[in-house]
Amino acid sequence: MSKNNENLLNIENLSIHFFIEEGTVAAVNDLNFSLKPGETIGLVGETGAGKTTTALGIMSLIQSPPGLVVDGSIIYDGRNLLELSEAEMRAVRGSQISMIFQDPMTSLNPVFPIRDQIAEVVMLHEKVTAAQAIQRAEEMLDKVGIRKERAKDFPHQFSGGMRQRVGIAIALACNPKLLIADEPTTALDVTIQAQVLELMKGLKEENNTSMIMITHDLGIVAEICDKVAIMYAGSVVETADKKELFNNPKHPYTIGLFNSIPDIEKDEEKLKPIKGLMPDPMNLPSGCSFHPRCDHAKPECSQKVPKHTQVNDGHYVRCLLFEEGGE
Amino acid sequence: MSVLLEVKNLKKYFKTPRGPLHAVDDINFKIKKGETLGLVGESGCGKSTTGRVVLRLIEATGGQVIFNGENILDYKKKQMAKFRENSQIVFQDPFASLNPRMSVSEIIAEPLIINKKAKGAAELGKKVADLMDTVGLASRLENVYPHELDGGRRQRIGIARVLALNPEFIVHDEPVSALDVSIQAQILNLLDELQRDKGLTYLFISHDLGVIKHVSNHIAVMYLGKIVEMSDYKSIFANPKHPYTKALLSAIPVPRVDDVKRERIILEGDVPSPINPPPGCRFYGRCFQRQDACKNTDPLLNEISSGHFVACHRCPRDE
Repeated sequence: MSKNNENLLNIENLSIHFFIEEGTVAAVNDLNFSLKPGETIGLVGETGAGKTTTALGIMSLIQSPPGLVVDGSIIYDGRNLLELSEAEMRAVRGSQISMIFQDPMTSLNPVFPIRDQIAEVVMLHEKVTAAQAIQRAEEMLDKVGIRKERAKDFPHQFSGGMRQRVGIAIALACNPKLLIADEPTTALDVTIQAQVLELMKGLKEENNTSMIMITHDLGIVAEICDKVAIMYAGSVVETADKKELFNNPKHPYTIGLFNSIPDIEKDEEKLKPIKGLMPDPMNLPSGCSFHPRCDHAKPECSQKVPKHTQVNDGHYVRCLLFEEGGE
Repeated sequence: MSVLLEVKNLKKYFKTPRGPLHAVDDINFKIKKGETLGLVGESGCGKSTTGRVVLRLIEATGGQVIFNGENILDYKKKQMAKFRENSQIVFQDPFASLNPRMSVSEIIAEPLIINKKAKGAAELGKKVADLMDTVGLASRLENVYPHELDGGRRQRIGIARVLALNPEFIVHDEPVSALDVSIQAQILNLLDELQRDKGLTYLFISHDLGVIKHVSNHIAVMYLGKIVEMSDYKSIFANPKHPYTKALLSAIPVPRVDDVKRERIILEGDVPSPINPPPGCRFYGRCFQRQDACKNTDPLLNEISSGHFVACHRCPRDE
């Protein structure tokens, strides 16, 4: 993939495995993608595709044992995060790279007022007095649209959408360069989701933050991302600019995903689902891991692992159909 | 086609320490035989309660549920047993709704045994095998337990169990919400085939407008216990009238990138509490078209054009 010095984040050949009693879970396999400052990438895939493990890998939050980064590098701002000590990493987390989680109820501390939880991050990473940190917390609440009077309220006094706003305030309090949002709106109703996405879009543009948006919803990708990486069985099977990917999808899995979604603007009789099931990460199929579900599979698909092949400017596909010597 | 189910002035209030919670508040709809009514709305709007009250899994506070011409809310125990054979429900969480200590074939056989629908083990075995075949479960899965299966297959078990007694009417309560999109599409196609083959009537509950549009003949949009708009599936999307429906439609992220910008309506605030709701339109506090009349008078569900019902003071009848 492109070696670009302007990239804020460059992930190369990342593999994360979990070694458990029953065997090895290959959660992330030879994963590659990169991100420029201010850019948003959508990491799209179904349950078990390895999206969240990738995010936790970037944050060095993989529990070890049983988890282990077995290969690859994560270059952030010129440093390989995998080579940092825990103390160095702690300085990165929350100030340089921060994360918004899916469930806004369990990611907040139930026994502290929300204001204090935002101030805590600021106190940890910046040389400020408690009063200054609290003041910053109140500014953040204002930014995410929570009234000042509610600063001393506890998480349970807020609705799901408001709690996610608090999560966003915590994540952005130290003005990170990279924000990882792990399904931030999945637990919310659509009208509330629209509010939260609008807010994230605005704040991201204001601070030129890069973002990794983890989602299973291609609609959200269309709304908020600049580029897309489609994940299947722990690796990126297709990546491109948002427009290129939506107008010109190549990988059979990507095409299958698009065909599976009921479209509110079209009137289709029958959906065209992808046959079969997600593979077991303890026992991934040989060769291309999608081949048992693929309508275009050829005999060599079960033997050869496809490489990233450029099919268009910045559009890479991992499929033998597009490799040289293929069809 | 004749009407199979008609709901009249149906109400369900729950007692709470802070006053009655109006979960379902005076709703009316009809479903014709062989058709699907999609019930859509956000969390807490009363859609699941509606599904349960219609089947008398919880008792209504008031109103009528007329099934095949009879009000089932008046039914005594014996008549209810008959009705239960005829009407079934598929739940959202296919794991929580299956007994973890029963194998696939035992789960599917249970309704047949309870209702004495099979004579002898051989006939029972054959019926179970047929049902598994109908929903696309391989016969080798007969003796496995739910925890060994993925969500899509578990939901197929739930569907096979429901079909065992040959019902006429099925309530689907978010049957695909817990599934990944590629699996969701498989299940939606299955439900569609079953409906066509067996002439089933569905009440399909979902928060996902894409899914609702795909499965429904008619759609009812609920907000805080009320139906705010109801029409055939095309008009709701092509010509939404109620401000809430408009906002809901505009809030869905559409997986398409074209340069045409869709009009975006972002609603203020959250859904208010359904406990002791104030008089007037339930949507008043979040509405971008509100006027004074909306605050005090509750709008009725009016037919503004043929087959298109809207409960809004701002939506006059077509001349």
